Amino acid sequence: MTASPLSVQDATIGYGRVAISEHLNVDIPEGEFTVILGPNACGKSTLLKALARMLKPSDGRVLLDGKDIHSQPTRAVARRLGLLPQAPIAPDGITVADLVARGRYPHQGILRQWSPEDEQVVAEAMAATDITELAARGVDELSGGQRQRVWIAMVLAQQTPLLLLDEPTTYLDITHQIEVLDLCAKLHREGRTLVAVLHDLNQAARYATHLIAMRDGAVVAEGPPAEIVTAETVHKVFDLPCRIIDDPESGTPLVIPSARARDGENSPSARARDEESSPSARARDLV
Amino acid sequence: MSTAQRARNQAQPTPAGLDSNRGPSESVPQKRTARRVSGILVLTAALAALALLSIAVGSRAMGLPEVWDGLTDRASDAYPVVTELRVPRTILGLAAGAALGLAGALMQAMTRNPLADPGLLGVNTGAAVAVVTASYFIGSFGFAGTISFAFLGAAIAAVACYLIAGASSATPARLALAGAAVTAAGFAYVSAVQLMDAATLDQMRFWSVGSLVNAHVAPMLPVVLLIGVASVIGVLLARPLNALALGDATATGLGVDPRVLRVAGIVVITVLAGTATAVCGPIVFVGLVVPHVVRAFTGPDQNWVLPYSALTGAAFLVAADVLGRVIARPGEVQVGIVCAVFGGPFFLYLVSRRKVARL
Repeated sequence: MTASPLSVQDATIGYGRVAISEHLNVDIPEGEFTVILGPNACGKSTLLKALARMLKPSDGRVLLDGKDIHSQPTRAVARRLGLLPQAPIAPDGITVADLVARGRYPHQGILRQWSPEDEQVVAEAMAATDITELAARGVDELSGGQRQRVWIAMVLAQQTPLLLLDEPTTYLDITHQIEVLDLCAKLHREGRTLVAVLHDLNQAARYATHLIAMRDGAVVAEGPPAEIVTAETVHKVFDLPCRIIDDPESGTPLVIPSARARDGENSPSARARDEESSPSARARDLV
Repeated sequence: MSTAQRARNQAQPTPAGLDSNRGPSESVPQKRTARRVSGILVLTAALAALALLSIAVGSRAMGLPEVWDGLTDRASDAYPVVTELRVPRTILGLAAGAALGLAGALMQAMTRNPLADPGLLGVNTGAAVAVVTASYFIGSFGFAGTISFAFLGAAIAAVACYLIAGASSATPARLALAGAAVTAAGFAYVSAVQLMDAATLDQMRFWSVGSLVNAHVAPMLPVVLLIGVASVIGVLLARPLNALALGDATATGLGVDPRVLRVAGIVVITVLAGTATAVCGPIVFVGLVVPHVVRAFTGPDQNWVLPYSALTGAAFLVAADVLGRVIARPGEVQVGIVCAVFGGPFFLYLVSRRKVARL
């Protein structure tokens, strides 16, 4: 029905008999940088795992290019869809170049071994992530930020038009978070469709071109950040009273959590809450 | 400065300059590949030398001309010893050593556990349980019977481990725990039966220490064929195992189904280790130590680790067997004991010297 290259249709996803999401419908728009966000345990990583075919829906389907992802050969899927999981493992003593080269797996076969084209693609992936100088270094000697760029290079070497990234900024300090997100934005500008799970609302609002906000396994809001990052949506998704201002750097929505009443009686938002007696304020009064 | 030194200094700038122009990204992997290739050649040569040594050396001392007669002249006194005993024994040593080394490397790669060995899949215990049970109920049976029961037991134990670990949802940690549980239960059962029945204990005593002495009565062709076919399939698993080394999730993203790969791995390991154990009895430490030594040299790429482990395993087992024939002349020490005596301390040394490579 849509041009969406990757979609979830009426799917029930979960672990064993525990369903995290029921009757979930999600379309990943082509050419966009989609960010999935929501509070802990909202089902965002589960959704990403379903999109990456790591979890098979117990009901409903995940479609890649209009066909059930689980009915396609997994290596063929790996040439369309790259995945950077949350905690990939680097074998002891592996060099950067060798790790990036492992991204070529879906393009190789028993009869088709390492080729000059593979060499070329790996070199390009390392150049794109600015790790060419690290090629001969051991992955275990690198800093967290460098290591994350190496993993992204490995996924790039897979040469897929679609990239899924599960919390690519977790465990990184703020500088490296921005570095990784800038890299993602560059990959998006170059024409790839990106889907990432992020924790930081403001980073999501700044970098995403399409947001999917989830809570309790369901999609609460969906659309461009400028439209859906509102105080109302943030409250609905995160239970967080806040104000939204324009990010002075990028012009994107910036979420400012309200000061808690105890140490901010006189903050503007606290006063506004009292005056309006918003539903949340009333709810708190009851508790 | 001598003339020769001056000449060298003048000659050097060109190649050195070229080297630095190429940069580390090209020259280092190339150098390492060259090292790995030459390592294979050295290893193959060592293997050939050890095989010849294994034919030439035995508890009965012989001169080289006598050994040559033993190989070529059916009528010579040495023929029964050299061609009918030592040659099959050498072939079995090579096959079983390669099988155990490769099975160990596969087991460690598949479970991402550097301390895994084929025994952890319950292969040794399963074989022992089957042999003990058969001896207890049937009494005495021939060597072919022992091999069949042992192989069957090894296969059943491996399948049991896989099922207990959760079948298709088996994780490396669950496989290791299931293997430990099956091994413990099997060991208790074997000890109990042996304590109850002296005849079983007697029959088991020859089998429960790994040895190559039965090579001349072993069905050599099926043994070599089984190990050969399983080895080829095992080495072909190198690239998916390289993907699996990055974690199950990354492997899935790269187009490897970890569940399918684990099933294939378990089948190959069971055939390799099961065949070796069935014919020789349990030989420990080869599958554990050899892949460690190999990884220290080759690095973590399974394309190299697997063939290297097979060759090194073969060399190690044949060397241990030759040693066992020489140190206690005119008697001999069984190869399983030699492997344990050398493998154990060597493994402790490896573990204490460098941290065990995380996989």
